[in-house]
Amino acid sequence: MALDRWIALILLGFCLTYGYTAWFTMDAGLAPFMQRNPIWPSTFPKLLSVLGIVASSIILLGIEKGEQTIGDIDYRRLHEYKLGQAIMLLGLMVAYALCLRPLGFIFSTGAFLILGSFILGERKWHVMIPVALIATLFVWYLVQQVLGIYLRPFPGFIGG
Amino acid sequence: MLEGILLGLQTAFSVQMLLMVIGGCLIGTFIGMLPGLGPMSIIAIMIPVAISMGDPAAAIILLAGVYYGAIFGGSTSSILLNAPGVAGTVATSFDGYPMAKQGKAGKALTIAAIASFCGGTIGAILLMVFAPALSSVALLFHSAEYFALMVVGLSAIAAFAGTGQVAKAMIMTILGLMLATVGEGALFNLPRFTMGLMDLQSGLGFVTLAMAMFALPEALFLVLNPITSQSGSSSEIKDMRITRAEARAIAPVIGRQSIQGFFIGVLPGAGATIASFLGYAVERNIATKEEQELFGKGSVKGLAAPETANNAACTGSFVPLLTLGIPGSGTTAILLGALIALNVTPGPRLMIDEPQIFWAVIISMYIGNFVLLILNLPLIPYIAKILAVPRNYLIPFILFFTLMGAYIGQNNATELLLLVGFGICATALRFADYPLAPLLIGFILGGMLEDNFSRSMQLYDGVAFIWERPMTLGLLIIAAVLVLLPSFRARRARLRAQGVADGD
Repeated sequence: MALDRWIALILLGFCLTYGYTAWFTMDAGLAPFMQRNPIWPSTFPKLLSVLGIVASSIILLGIEKGEQTIGDIDYRRLHEYKLGQAIMLLGLMVAYALCLRPLGFIFSTGAFLILGSFILGERKWHVMIPVALIATLFVWYLVQQVLGIYLRPFPGFIGG
Repeated sequence: MLEGILLGLQTAFSVQMLLMVIGGCLIGTFIGMLPGLGPMSIIAIMIPVAISMGDPAAAIILLAGVYYGAIFGGSTSSILLNAPGVAGTVATSFDGYPMAKQGKAGKALTIAAIASFCGGTIGAILLMVFAPALSSVALLFHSAEYFALMVVGLSAIAAFAGTGQVAKAMIMTILGLMLATVGEGALFNLPRFTMGLMDLQSGLGFVTLAMAMFALPEALFLVLNPITSQSGSSSEIKDMRITRAEARAIAPVIGRQSIQGFFIGVLPGAGATIASFLGYAVERNIATKEEQELFGKGSVKGLAAPETANNAACTGSFVPLLTLGIPGSGTTAILLGALIALNVTPGPRLMIDEPQIFWAVIISMYIGNFVLLILNLPLIPYIAKILAVPRNYLIPFILFFTLMGAYIGQNNATELLLLVGFGICATALRFADYPLAPLLIGFILGGMLEDNFSRSMQLYDGVAFIWERPMTLGLLIIAAVLVLLPSFRARRARLRAQGVADGD
């Protein structure tokens, strides 16, 4: 089974869960006066769930015929790509999300930019560190001072 | 109308707005040139900056400037590297890259710039004529018609997705609509699909979703497959002048393609990509025998046609956005999201309620095109140096700006985790060749679609509005035909092909 049909299967599962919530659990807390309305909060989701189930089934069952097109990247050659780097960068993004508040903007961002280049194979520390620090300070200045959006610069225990 | 134009001129020619246009065009050209980063990603990255400015006119002028700049930058990388940053400039590389290989890179860039300028400017004139007319018709629409019109728009996007792609585009649109129902709806004040999470109470962030759908997968693709993103050495750019004979050859092409491109751009779902390919095909078909031979080998006509058409189509795509509030493409959907975030609802009332925004946008299109011609063209040899930035530095920065954009929009670290999660899903969907723009368009239109649907249901006490209002019924029938027609035609073509094979 091709990848697009596997994804259609997952989407079908999603639509079924969505539909179950809309059809069976959502109206439980509906106030009696709202029940007389022609439209309930669940009306539109119910409609969507039916359409979603139909559309994903069409893909899953291969009813709509079309030529197989290969986009700019082919998943069948995934092992030839730099998958490790991509996963590590995603992990780095998650780590950044978790560290941004507790460790402060300047430390987290500097570390993110340096480690990002490092993961991609850069080893010139004398370029990486100054570039990352200058960019971090510049963006912090821009966001905090020019746009006026508060970003905690230092870790909480320093009092930033 | 004259009053409106004057008001627009007054707004657009203030120092702040001029700076916005110039800055937007420069930033757009700069980033648009990077292979793999399309206008949607760039605009998504710029949105937090635009929103935090607080002035809707300035914000949309900045974003529109970024949009034109990105398209222009995209054609530059198509010509110099044969690496189109945007689908809309793929046709540009057919003749632009051979010209660059023949040592005529400067000339190709000039033709591209002039063609874009003319396409954009003629498009803006047509927009000025058609938008007010369409607005006045749209004022007669009620919620029921709006609902039906949005259904038509969404179906058209699915229908234009291509052979064998209609169901995929449809499920993506529906998924977008489903994501839009998360959180508290305006009509019910009841949290839906939040799974008890406080962070989902206000719904999913539109910037987060835009970043996750476009910027993040593109950055990940640059990491995964370095070959496509390799920045080659840009060929020497010299001699940017064109001859009188060349100017005479491209003039009629530009004239025809500006008009054709504009009207294709107006159609929802069509947009710059289809306009540029169609423009290229049409010009090739009507050219003389000798000229046809040159197409694909560095023909000036073959370069001017897609360049004119894609810029005219970009302008054309503003028509449904500004008059009906319905975006026809992913890019205009992002612009719509930004406007809603700034408390401006595009639609037929925009021209009456906020004429300064409406007209300033149109006037800024002229200024933007002018800026691209006189400012960016001479700077191209220098801007092209960005193509030499090593990807080891470029990619972490793209990822960082994606994260920053999502964070600034909501000021919430959970949003960053959502961004990564949605980004991974979007990458998987891209792998399986599912189009992502319909998802975002569905998400942005979802709230409005449901509001209009609910209002019509309440007014007519049920679904009676469908048959009691002939225009609604007509529009819904058009939507159904749009969705069913491609599969019907594909089926007929298949049956016919089978018949031929059987010796019928």
